[in-house]
Amino acid sequence: MKAAVIQFPGSNCDRDAVHAFDDVLGHPARLVWHKETSLGDAELVVLPGGFSFGDYLRCGAIARFSPIMAAVSEFARRGGVVIGICNGFQILCEAGLLPGALIRNECLEFRCRTVVLRVEDAGPCFNRGDLGDTLRIPVAHGEGNYRIDGDGLAALRRNGQILFRYASGGSAGDPARENPNGSIDDIAGIRNEQGNIFGMMPHPERAVESFHPSRDGIPVLKAVLRTAQDAARVKV
Amino acid sequence: MKVTVFVTPKKNVLDPQGAAVAHAMTSLGFKNLKSARMGKVIELEIDGVPGDEFNAAVDRICEDLLSNPVIEDYRWTLDEAGR
Repeated sequence: MKAAVIQFPGSNCDRDAVHAFDDVLGHPARLVWHKETSLGDAELVVLPGGFSFGDYLRCGAIARFSPIMAAVSEFARRGGVVIGICNGFQILCEAGLLPGALIRNECLEFRCRTVVLRVEDAGPCFNRGDLGDTLRIPVAHGEGNYRIDGDGLAALRRNGQILFRYASGGSAGDPARENPNGSIDDIAGIRNEQGNIFGMMPHPERAVESFHPSRDGIPVLKAVLRTAQDAARVKV
Repeated sequence: MKVTVFVTPKKNVLDPQGAAVAHAMTSLGFKNLKSARMGKVIELEIDGVPGDEFNAAVDRICEDLLSNPVIEDYRWTLDEAGR
């Protein structure tokens, strides 16, 4: 799978994402500058973490209007697989490609720690059978507090669109098992209804090496790759 | 013309910053506070003629960029003298 990692001014997890897909998983990944208007022969698009445009106005609000985003929207509309990580998740919500919005952490702190995620049943590739019950993956954000109205939340639950929840509750005193940002329903990651656009606040690309806090990012990125492979097969 | 845009969190959306400000005010002995909500003010200078077209253009940019309708409301005022 050929991955395009979009590079906005202020992205800072772009090279980590390339490293994870290219060096660790063996799928060619290249950086695509936000001023580009084409994704070339990309079969998978990654919107990486960081602080695009300094997080001015709202996180992701300005990146959403970068020239490349028209190509990303069109790619997604045709069923192409897109994953947004952290700031990438914020951009996808601002662009209306994923429902809801991400606001300031309830604690007002920037939270940088490894958290435990509970894997939810979100369909093919993203379920406990494929990924296990829990994953340990780092978060690093000040605005990861997921918000959506009641009807929207009901739809996410009904359609199995919730990928991961922060594994809070029943384990007081363990920061790794707390909801780090106050997200509604402990939501850490979601997908769109069609199942080709993914967004998550935790950083799987920072959990792929033996010196990382875990290597639990590998199965997550592999699940994205498998979804992209399935999408490519359908197209053929 | 000077347009001042006020962007505020929707009433039913959690406002962690407003809650922190309210907490600080209460701590400082401000007894009668019921709530504090925090948003932003954006000042624009725009060439144009007041009217439906102008209003529609300002509304459009407020909806597309300056606010996120999922979590925020906006309103704006016009100062034709541009003071």
